[in-house]
Amino acid sequence: MRTEIPVAIAFVAGMLMVVSLFVPHPFIAEPAAVMRSWAIIITAFAYVLGVANIARISLHTVKKRTTDWQYKGALVVALVAMAGVGVSRGIQTGGLFDWAYLNMYVPMQATMFSLLAFFIASAAYRAFRARSVEATLLLVVAVVVMLGRVPVGEKLWPGLPAFTEWIMEVPNMAAKRGIMIGAALGAISTGLKMILGIERSYLGSD
Amino acid sequence: MAISPACARVSLRCLRTACGVRQLSRFLLSFGFVLFLIWFALFHVTSPALASVVLETADRPDDDGTALRLMWRGDLAEGDSLVISRAAYPDTAFSPVATVDAMRAGYTDQGLSRKITYVYKVEAAGGRTVLSEPVSPSASFLNTSRLVMLAILALYFISVLIYIKLAAGGREFFVRRISGLNAMEEAIGRATEMGRPVLYVPGIDDLNNIQTIASMVILGDVARMTASYETPIVVPVCKPFVVPVAEEAVKQGFMNAGRPELYNPDNVRYLSDEQFAFTAGVNGIMLREKTAANIYMGSFFAESLILAETGFSTGAIQIAGTANIHQLPFFVAACDYALIGEELYAASAYLSKEPKLLGTLKASDVAKVIIMVLLTAGCIAESLGLTAFAELFTAR
Amino acid sequence: MAERKTEERSLLTKLSQIDRRILFLLIFACATIPLLLGAGLRMSVTAPVQGLYDAIDGLEAGSYVWLAADYDPGSKPELSPMNYAIVEHLFRKDIKVISGSLWAPAPPLAQAVFDEMAPRHGKQYGVDYVNLGFKEGREAVMVSIAEDLRRTFPEDHSGTPLDSIPMLEGISNLQDVEMIICVSAGYPGIKEWIQQIATRYDTAIGGGVTAVSGPEMYPYIQSGQLVGLLSGMKGAAEYEQLVERPGLGIAGMVAQSSVHVMVVIFIIFANIVYFLEKRRAR
Repeated sequence: MRTEIPVAIAFVAGMLMVVSLFVPHPFIAEPAAVMRSWAIIITAFAYVLGVANIARISLHTVKKRTTDWQYKGALVVALVAMAGVGVSRGIQTGGLFDWAYLNMYVPMQATMFSLLAFFIASAAYRAFRARSVEATLLLVVAVVVMLGRVPVGEKLWPGLPAFTEWIMEVPNMAAKRGIMIGAALGAISTGLKMILGIERSYLGSD
Repeated sequence: MAISPACARVSLRCLRTACGVRQLSRFLLSFGFVLFLIWFALFHVTSPALASVVLETADRPDDDGTALRLMWRGDLAEGDSLVISRAAYPDTAFSPVATVDAMRAGYTDQGLSRKITYVYKVEAAGGRTVLSEPVSPSASFLNTSRLVMLAILALYFISVLIYIKLAAGGREFFVRRISGLNAMEEAIGRATEMGRPVLYVPGIDDLNNIQTIASMVILGDVARMTASYETPIVVPVCKPFVVPVAEEAVKQGFMNAGRPELYNPDNVRYLSDEQFAFTAGVNGIMLREKTAANIYMGSFFAESLILAETGFSTGAIQIAGTANIHQLPFFVAACDYALIGEELYAASAYLSKEPKLLGTLKASDVAKVIIMVLLTAGCIAESLGLTAFAELFTAR
Repeated sequence: MAERKTEERSLLTKLSQIDRRILFLLIFACATIPLLLGAGLRMSVTAPVQGLYDAIDGLEAGSYVWLAADYDPGSKPELSPMNYAIVEHLFRKDIKVISGSLWAPAPPLAQAVFDEMAPRHGKQYGVDYVNLGFKEGREAVMVSIAEDLRRTFPEDHSGTPLDSIPMLEGISNLQDVEMIICVSAGYPGIKEWIQQIATRYDTAIGGGVTAVSGPEMYPYIQSGQLVGLLSGMKGAAEYEQLVERPGLGIAGMVAQSSVHVMVVIFIIFANIVYFLEKRRAR
């Protein structure tokens, strides 16, 4: 029963969504719209679940004083502070929450994202080696595209941006489409396995 | 001549009756005339300039019965604009709907009800007016423009069911070697030798992304392997909804390996819903706990390279798989093995070797052959200028 | 002689396994120095960028677009310049903008763009543009607003009911807008808008993505499902050039060029070291 009921729910919800793509009549479209609204509401509840989970794990670590418990402590303080400010003083533009968001959260996020520039450099230095004919081809194309995607490439050779676009639109796209079609079929087949209850290991045991 | 009172009463009644009939007929006549005038005003009084314009209304096909299509043709000039108004028939109170360019082929009025009959009035500059016939929207039972899509999907579903049946009957299917999946056991073995944990990152998307579900299925198999080697597995999770599913998958894996007592609930850790906070958290786990095998399976974005490069710096053996094509180059460059696109979805069948799951892989192959044939036919048809073939696949 | 060879080999090994921090330092210098100097570079406009510009330029004044701000602070440096350039074009054309987001951190970022651009163009909130804020639910939200806007977004970002916003009178769902412009950093983003909306309705879709996601979008441009695309900071710079409003996109081009050239130098250098190592090993 522990897996049968979720499988039945997955079947009904999944089939309703598939059928609604082909049957526009309200007798299918309306329940499908209601189900979509439910999905939005249920997804919003996940945030409550998340806060409960993170608080449980973090407080547990702080209480037991396990390794690096201080970080978990900082996390709990930040969580309570941001939520407290948001609830008590609102999230309107120009408020304290907005200030903390724009001046703390935004720069921290941007810092993490900017790490990519450094890691790309180290990965390229390590991985792009002309070990074989294919690797050499990959390397040459990578260099051409890298230069063609910035204005300096155009200064080196005016035809480079157009050549880069051709690489992106023809050989690159041919390969990408193949992978995309394969992946889409894989996704449909996985979806079908879930809907029909063939794949149920993700639901745990009975 | 004397008139008897009785006769007088009868005569009076007759006179009254005659008057009543006359009044009634007069009333009916005048009412009919008013009706005629309304009807005439509604449908026949048009200015001479717009009399040459034909207004047609039609139900929008293949919809849920909430829209009507208006089309006009005739004596209209460039730059003319038309004011479209609508009334619920037989009411004549028109309310404006839209002002459109007269050169447009038509207008679709949406948000209507199937239970109401509508009449439209189109006005051009100078008070020129034309009225439509009364019309009601109707709902379709089948979107005919998606019939080809439905046929292909049905064919795919049927082939999945046939292959599952064949697999259940004992038929064996060949599945090509996927080196990334073969390396998984080797990586877990290496972690065991080093006495360090295995890290499994199920991507950063929620359960509504099918890649995350596929990742959960693989997690069950990886957990089974780690349990049989008695090696701890750490699963950092980015979305709260994934936590209970990941817990179940790991628990199930440990049970399948016959070692449920080794399961530690603290090893499935929700870190943050936020992409880069999560990335920082996973990097922290790699650096502090010195994980020896890092497995990344699921939907990844910009964090892929940050994770893989940090994993490389700790010397871990790394296996990645994603259907997010834009992240594949990073995984290919920075990891030891990478599963490309569909290999991620094939992994559960490959690792578990369950016949039913292998059957679905074969059905995907059939679908691929069909798509290849259609692509080739489409290329030939388009090259020959036969656009009808491509139009078959244009869904509304 | 043998000693010299060993020394050479150890030097080559050192070079091939160079301390990552040296590479990081060089990249840091390449990225920051041009930004501090404030130099700009002009470039030719690629077809996908021109496509988006032409599509927006072809819209009539007074028509509506849905501007989906689907990004977060992490991708702000790359995507915000696009948002500025697109809003500049939309406001200049007197197109009414309805902005909504499927990414929780996005509404303040979208609002910052409006706060800067609206006074410059004399645009009024609720009359010329509106920010509906964030709604959780990803693809379900897309399909839901395509059917009924008010059911999904009963209020705007600051809690004003949609029925009391003048510009939204007569707008019942996404089918009433001429175009969806999505500035997206990932999932849910432009791909999902195409999958959920372009396959169901006739609404045109265009937008911008981070440079890394750009190549994935090319099939949709070729199939006509995307009217145009800005890819990364270069896309933003090209659009800035088209609308003749130099901004952060153009300003970042020298920095990006220097970083790309530096990475190319790294690759060439690493390969020279690799070949020398191979020769020594022989």
